[in-house]
Amino acid sequence: MADLNSSFAGIKSPNPFWLASAPPTDKAYNVVRAFEAGWGGVVWKTLGEDPNIVNVNGPRYGAVYSADRRLMGLNNIELITDRPLQINLDEIKQVKRDWPDRAMVVSLMVPCEEKNWKDILKKVEDTGADGVELNFGCPHGMSERGMGASVGQVPEYIEMVTRWCKEVSSMPVIVKLTPNITDIRYPARAALAGGADAVSLINTVSSIVSVNLDTMSPEPSIDGKGSHGGYCGPAVKPIALNMVAEIARDADTKNLPISGIGGITTWRDAAEFMALGAGNVQVCTAAMTYGFRVVEEMITGLNAWMDEKGHANIDSIVGKATPNVTDWQYLNLNYVTKARIDQDACIKCGRCHVVCEDTSHQAITHTVNGERHYEVIDEECVGCNLCVSVCPVQDCITMEEIASGMDVRTNTPVNREYANWTTHPNNPMAKDKA
Amino acid sequence: MAQNSALFSELMSDLHPPLSGHEAGVESDRCYFCYDAPCVTACPTGIDVPLFIRQIQTNNSAGAAKTIFDENILGGMCARVCPTETLCEQACVRNSAEHQPVKIGALQRFATDTLMSAGTHPYQRATVSGKKVVVVGAGPAGLACAHRLAMHGHKVDILDANPKPGGLNEYGIASYKTPDNFAQREVDFILDIGGIEIKNEIQLGRQVQLGDLLEQYDAVFIGVGLKEANQISLEGASLDGVEDAVNFIAKLRQTEDYSALDIGRRVVVIGGGMTAIDAAVQAKLLGAADVTLVYRRDKESMNASVFEQDLAQTNGVKIIHHAAPVRFIGEQSNLTEVEFEYTQQVNGKLQGTGETFTLQADHAFNAIGQVLQAGVVDADVVALENNRIAVNEERQTSHQNIWAGGDCIAGGDDLTVSAVQDGKLAAESINRYLSS
Repeated sequence: MADLNSSFAGIKSPNPFWLASAPPTDKAYNVVRAFEAGWGGVVWKTLGEDPNIVNVNGPRYGAVYSADRRLMGLNNIELITDRPLQINLDEIKQVKRDWPDRAMVVSLMVPCEEKNWKDILKKVEDTGADGVELNFGCPHGMSERGMGASVGQVPEYIEMVTRWCKEVSSMPVIVKLTPNITDIRYPARAALAGGADAVSLINTVSSIVSVNLDTMSPEPSIDGKGSHGGYCGPAVKPIALNMVAEIARDADTKNLPISGIGGITTWRDAAEFMALGAGNVQVCTAAMTYGFRVVEEMITGLNAWMDEKGHANIDSIVGKATPNVTDWQYLNLNYVTKARIDQDACIKCGRCHVVCEDTSHQAITHTVNGERHYEVIDEECVGCNLCVSVCPVQDCITMEEIASGMDVRTNTPVNREYANWTTHPNNPMAKDKA
Repeated sequence: MAQNSALFSELMSDLHPPLSGHEAGVESDRCYFCYDAPCVTACPTGIDVPLFIRQIQTNNSAGAAKTIFDENILGGMCARVCPTETLCEQACVRNSAEHQPVKIGALQRFATDTLMSAGTHPYQRATVSGKKVVVVGAGPAGLACAHRLAMHGHKVDILDANPKPGGLNEYGIASYKTPDNFAQREVDFILDIGGIEIKNEIQLGRQVQLGDLLEQYDAVFIGVGLKEANQISLEGASLDGVEDAVNFIAKLRQTEDYSALDIGRRVVVIGGGMTAIDAAVQAKLLGAADVTLVYRRDKESMNASVFEQDLAQTNGVKIIHHAAPVRFIGEQSNLTEVEFEYTQQVNGKLQGTGETFTLQADHAFNAIGQVLQAGVVDADVVALENNRIAVNEERQTSHQNIWAGGDCIAGGDDLTVSAVQDGKLAAESINRYLSS
């Protein structure tokens, strides 16, 4: 069995699966249930100053479904904890005492004043928590009051607040970043400059999840009005993966630990985040969709994969895929693929044909010798992968490399020597323009 | 009799309960929206199946129903009676994927029920053309033809021999396939377009002659079905207890009280088609102790679909293949036994083996098919082929003012859905003829 023990920014947990700061970690009751289910750690739902904030009394969530009504995206307009600070602090202290092997990180959000941050940090330190996470991410509600994402969108603020926190606290400081920016590397660099021990990302994406066409209200609807909320769940995973990779491969931040967050639903999602450079992962929507038991699948699945691949521990998988993330200009333009359709697996739905015919390169037949038959026309196939993407049968269509001979589409011999855009004759800026 | 009429009514209720909204949502998600979808090709009326399923999936059931009715105005009945397992659902690519086609028939019913229960008619009659067409027979072919003609603005009179319109939908299909008076509700739905008048209990060749119709109307459509049951000319065929299956089904469909129907203890059904199965299953449901269906050829040759054969067997009907009746045996005038001879295929020809057996029976149903009723059409006016009306691709007969469709034409497959297609094609052809 692979060793799933995790040490993230000096915080130890029996596995790399933490629950993210969110409704599932709002109270001792929920967190204890999570620990009983096997979660390695939690980031307690964001604490603020008293008097406690209030939430809306109508719906807080909105959903985006796939065709089979699986929850693909969840949007929320819930704010930080709406319970008094001391109740949360007391519960955190008790739970940490009862579950010493689990990671207990406390999320914080207070106004952007040095005194406010330093005061709350002292209180958290007294609970025995393992670390803090600075919530610079929430895009809704709190951001209107100068907190959350409105801090995370200004790198100077991130650096300033992080520095205040590091000055008064010996606890590891994780800075949680908002994706509602143009380039994630700037806030990450600012966190590093402020002395952050790690960053976590992504927080939720600003969103309107749907519109009720009867009432013309955005949803979730509060008495006929809606407000943009934070979007999360499987739909945001690709955005999060890219942002994790951007930080992991940035020269300044490449050694900054990253806690990966964003639509992680299965062990595979978690492994992908870690392969791109996340030292651990945080989960919320999957637990809010299926309950805490999903962690069992994550633990056993990750274990099985690591054993199969011979990865002994978490460190041996973190960042394994990072070196393979590159800029487009460095992609090998001499790498040629063509789609191949496994005729035994093909169910003849014809979707590969019609999407290629209507929207791409007219490279798949629909009839051969009078029979319904789907086959790739190599002379037209650019290897775009659209047919693979729409085929309902897994592995029925695959992209295969043409390693030698001719590319019959371009009518040129396949050259397996690496060559990219920087040296391509069509590039006016080519480095080695002959 | 211990069973009361309420219990019988329950036994004869819906064979396939309708899908709930949730079930329809889940099932519609299974459709792949195929290119050049095989289910469309397999549908005799060419319903755009992927489109109507996608419309269900996007909460547009009324639009889905319109997509169905555009090609098949009797889409509600066809959703109930079509042998989908040999048509659209057999062609579904999900069969290749996981041996489980999308439930196209059930989804079609969901969509059409939704629209029909809303009480609105989705079509408007075109400007009145001033042309008059007579449709003979208010069965699926006639109704489909009349509706399409009305859409084009023509005035349509439908003449029907029976007291109620609907044809086999009303008189010839098992009760559990179309409960709750659906056949009449569907007729009402079709007539809602306006411009169609039905005249009941008028039979061609009796109360009215083809020659008169040709004089009174601009075009004639014949959809009279096959009203005459093939007779078994064997010893004892006139005994009490020997009955045509079509008569039994018609009686059953019109009864107010199933418990009042006369059904034997031991029933033998002779034949291998849908009518044979419908008679056998309903006899069993109505309390017959033993029901045996005897067919002279093998299982694969039966006209009844595999689903129907299975339905019979799960309802306790025993099926004997390769046996043909020899004689009906009775005491005084009442049937007591039927004697059969085993058959075999020799050089492609069916022969008796000489070996016989008898089945005890107090009720025997003859279900060996029907033929065009004598005197309905005159072969001098309209050419026949294999004793049915010959038509071209447009369902036009040898007479340029007469079209025909449904079971009474040659070369059909005797399905409700095919009859609808005949009616539709004939109406389009008639419309072209009347507009030229």
